[in-house]
Parts: sequence; C-alpha cells; structure tokens
Amino acid sequence: MTYLPRLISPFFLFCFFVFATTQANAALEIQVTGGASNRIPVALIPFQSPSDRPSPALTDIIGQDLLRSGQIKLVETEGGQQPYEPAQIDYRVWQGKGAEAIVVGQVVRISASRFEIRFRLMDASKQTQLAGLSMNVGVDQWRAAAHKIADVIYETLTGEPGVFNSRIAYVNKRGKQFELKVADADGQNPQTVVRSNEPLISPAFSPDGGRLAYVSFEDKKPVVYVQSLRDGSRRAVAAFKGSNSAPAWSPDGTRLAVTLTRDHGSQIYLISADGGGLSRLTSGGAIDTEPAWSPDGQWIYFTSDRGGSPQIYRMPATGGDVKRVTFDGAYNVSPAISPDGKLLAYIQREGGRFRLVLQDLANGQTRVLTDTAHDESPSFAPNGRLLLYATLSGGRGILGTVTVDGRTKARLSESGSDAREPVWGP
Amino acid sequence: MKQSLLPLLLIVALSGCETLGLSDKSASIEDRNASGAQPGGPATSASKGSAAATSGVAGSGVETTGLGGSSVAGQPLDAKPLEGPVDASMKGADPRKDPASPLSKRSIFFDYDSYTVRDEYRTVIEAHAAYLMTRRSARAILQGNADSRGSREYNLALGQKRAEAVRKALAVLGVQEEQIEAVSFGEEKPRAVGESEQDFAENRRADIVYGDE
Repeated sequence: MTYLPRLISPFFLFCFFVFATTQANAALEIQVTGGASNRIPVALIPFQSPSDRPSPALTDIIGQDLLRSGQIKLVETEGGQQPYEPAQIDYRVWQGKGAEAIVVGQVVRISASRFEIRFRLMDASKQTQLAGLSMNVGVDQWRAAAHKIADVIYETLTGEPGVFNSRIAYVNKRGKQFELKVADADGQNPQTVVRSNEPLISPAFSPDGGRLAYVSFEDKKPVVYVQSLRDGSRRAVAAFKGSNSAPAWSPDGTRLAVTLTRDHGSQIYLISADGGGLSRLTSGGAIDTEPAWSPDGQWIYFTSDRGGSPQIYRMPATGGDVKRVTFDGAYNVSPAISPDGKLLAYIQREGGRFRLVLQDLANGQTRVLTDTAHDESPSFAPNGRLLLYATLSGGRGILGTVTVDGRTKARLSESGSDAREPVWGP
Repeated sequence: MKQSLLPLLLIVALSGCETLGLSDKSASIEDRNASGAQPGGPATSASKGSAAATSGVAGSGVETTGLGGSSVAGQPLDAKPLEGPVDASMKGADPRKDPASPLSKRSIFFDYDSYTVRDEYRTVIEAHAAYLMTRRSARAILQGNADSRGSREYNLALGQKRAEAVRKALAVLGVQEEQIEAVSFGEEKPRAVGESEQDFAENRRADIVYGDE
C-alpha cells in the first residue's frame, strides 16, 4: 500500500496560471495537481489565429488534455519566437527549452461560422514531421477539433489511443432538480439528456456510446431505463416489483446486468437491452449488487455482503462459482474493470475515508490513488490510463480524473452545482 | 416486455421528466500528413459519430409533460372507497390520519448496521397489518432509506434491506404479498441532510406509505 504525495511544483503553478485563468467563463475548471517524472516534454506553441476566434484558444484546450494524461508535460512557450509553420521553427531554441516535440498550427477563418485549422507535430531533434492535420470545422466543433488534435499528439507520442475525444456522463443536482448530462471528456460542453424532479443515478454508456442506461426514481421507486442519445427516446427495461438498479452493459451491448429485488433482497440478474429475457445470476439472503463486466464478457464482478462486510466478488457471467476478490479492509464497493481486464478499481473505506483503490488482479496488490475522503463511482477511460470518479469538495460534488499511477489528478468541477455518478464512455 | 410496457406508458403520461437528444459536433477531418502513413495511423481516422449528424433529430427529443400525477409501481392510483369492515366510530375519518392511532406512525427506525425491526414497533406493525388484512384492495409501499456514507448503489441495497424487514414483519402477520411492495430510496431522498450521527440515524429508516395517499 503506497501513497504518492502530490507534487506542487513551479511547473504546476505555471500551468494553473496559464490554463485556469483562461477558464473563468467555462462551465468546469481543470486543475492538474501533480505529474510523473518521465513525461514527454512538448512545446505547444499558440496557433496563429484571427482575433475573433472562439474562446478559449485551441492550444489551451489541447494543453489541458495533454496535461491530464500525466504522460506529457508542456515546456514554456511565452516570449521568443512563435512559429506557426515548420519552416519558421528555430529548433535550437526549442531543444534548448527541453522540448522533444513541437506543435505548431494556424487557424484561418473561411466563412462567418467556419474555420480551417492546420497543425503539425514535429520531432524537435530529427526536425521531421510526426503528424499533421487539416480540419474544416464549424464554431460549434471548436472544442471537438482541439480534442482531436490532442488525441493525435498523444497517440503519436505515446503509441496509445487517446481519449480526449470521448465523452462522459454524470448527474448534476441543481436545486431540487436532477440533470443527467453528457459532456466532453474534460467535462466541458455539458448537454442535459434527462431532467427530473426525482433522483437519477447509475448512468452507463452502451459499448457503442449510442445509449445510456440509468436509474430514475420518477415513479417513486428505482426503475432502469435505456435511452437513445440520438433522439432522446427511451424505455423502462427493468420496472419489476421492488427496486431496479445498477445497470451494467455486457461488452457486446445486447444485455444488461441489473440488480433487482423482485424475488426479495438485492440480487443480480441479466436482462436483454430491450427488457426481455430475464435470468437470475445470484441467490441467497445477502446483498449482491453493482455488477461490472470483464471486458471479455466472461466474468461479472460485483459487491456483496455475503461475508459479513461489503466486498468485491467475481462470478462467471453465466452465474455460479463465486470467488472473493478483495480482502483488505471492511468496506470495498463499486468495482470497475480496466479495458485490458487486468486492473480492478473500487472504493475502499478506511478510517472513515472513502478512497479510490486500484488492485492488480494478477497478484492482488493494491494502491490508494486518491487523497480525498468521499470518493465514489470510479470508471476507466477507454484506454485504461485514467480513472474518472466523484468526490466532495467544500460540501459539493465534483468530478475528478486520476492517472492509474496516481500521480496526476485533475478536477472537473462545475461551479455552483453538485456533480455525482460519473461514468466514462466511448 | 409485458411487464415493462405498462410502467413505460404510465411514466410517459405521468412523469415530470423530460429527455433530450444530443446534437452531434464531431469535426470533419482530412489527412494533411506530409510524410504519409504513420505507425498507428491516428491522423487518418475519421472522427467518430459523424454519420449521426444527418439523423435529423439532433438537438431535440422526446419531451414528456408532467401532469402532476403520481403512481406506485406502475399501478393506477386506487381511489375506490375502502372495503371490508370499518369500525362505525371511524366513519368519515381515516384512521391512518388519527394521531391517536398507531396507524399514524409510518416510520420504522433501525440501529446502525442492523436490519431487524425493533420490538418497540410491534404495535405499529400490527396495526398496519390489521388495516391491510381487512382491506384487501389497499396497497402499501415500504420505502427503505440509508445514510449518505459510501456507494449510492450499495446504500440502495441497504435501504432495501430495511424495507424488506418491514415487509417480512407484515407478511408474517398475514398480509398478502400483492398488497405490499418493498422499495428503496437509498441515500437519494434523505429526511435529514446533515452529517451528524443524529442525521444518519434519521435516515436509517423505512416508511410505510399507502397507495391512495
């Protein structure tokens, strides 16, 4: 059990100044509060842009994405030369600043509402192009374009898929209203897909990202709905007698594991995504809930108090043969499995604090990833390198990301509201 | 499907809930890579979801209008007069509203980490059991709650255990299964919102609510 203290460096202060100040009018703030020592240094030079471009600048959005990954750091770009084409780059200057890669770009207005964005990623020592894109985007695609560029930079430099163009879902409580929102992976551009006067919990993206399953209390009890994100249509797929909750999509998107109490007590069932074909997976007097599929569809991890305290167990997706997975502590809940099936994330209570823990499923080793006290609802980024979770700050719910090494944390905090139940989607 | 269709229709008719579609904002992207294909080829992939931009319903969706009604477990509200023997002294008055009657007591509180109905609630449970057994069309929903510490889904299951404890206590006394439904609100609808031990105790609770109320 190791815990890594957060690194407050001059670099962090620099980032905070440059990026946080540009976010004053945005819905969410991002604070990077640490970083790994072996990050790739990149010179992300502000793109040459018309003065009436959308705000914030593309490189602000790209920079925040790259910093949150924990695998890239940004070198100082203030002052000195500001190239926007490869021919303008004085490579000795950028090598001198420690950059291994240089990003240059240009934004040109092509109509009242459209821009052409050109960017190139250059190898600072070989002085060759690593990647380049030209994008024709509308004003409303400004952030999506920045996330795409961040993905290209990240993928080119790390060899891993980027996740900056993916989406998250979460529930926001505003006064007495509950809003289920879908936002960009950085928490920006939130769009409300369900608004209700009764609680909403447990959103889950279908594997293709086209649908959300969630639990709504609008019928004075928990009922599981599946809703199309395209047109907002939905159906109640589990509205049995008693409580219906904890939907988890099978990796092939055809079925949901759910927790039902129709036969008394919280037990796990499988149901097809259209609400048919019910089958029961667990039985007994104990609580069985929070099902989570392994990515290969072979296993279902879940929370059970069958051993006297809530712990995480595993069973075949066909039921039977339950094995305990967590042993450390008296309260381990909310399992999430990494996309490669090798890591288990969950919430552990220890000394009255609820914190995010990562367990290596091969050797059972665990590590506490967070420094907060009210963590909930962990889920993995599609590339498995980051986790999204909810926690409390100043009495209100905020969303955070943390890298799987625990070294880089970011807060996606929507001011003046109460965010909870996040999930990372495709 | 049969079991899910009725609640769905009711919910569309009765809920104060709206759903909204998402507009697609994916950027169209072309490759401007001077050195040709790169290992992994990230630059050549079209942005996901762009095909959805032509779906025609982007940005709008089903909006259901609330009519201020409510329902229990997808059952229409039971507005019929009470049946069965009714004490003459209670004519015109609902005994459940009489503060002197144990029927007016609706909350069962539980000890920390306990899911058994304490002895002090025997009179209350017996009164509700008698009420339900003499009125076979009456329906009661047993709503379990939990304090706010920890996982929302796990707390939903803990609240369910409290509701089930009350359900069992009523069933043991002879109340028919179809008259009672145990559900949970978990930590979602707290009566006390503070973080004190007293607040937590207030939320370790199951409430008895009748379908015609």
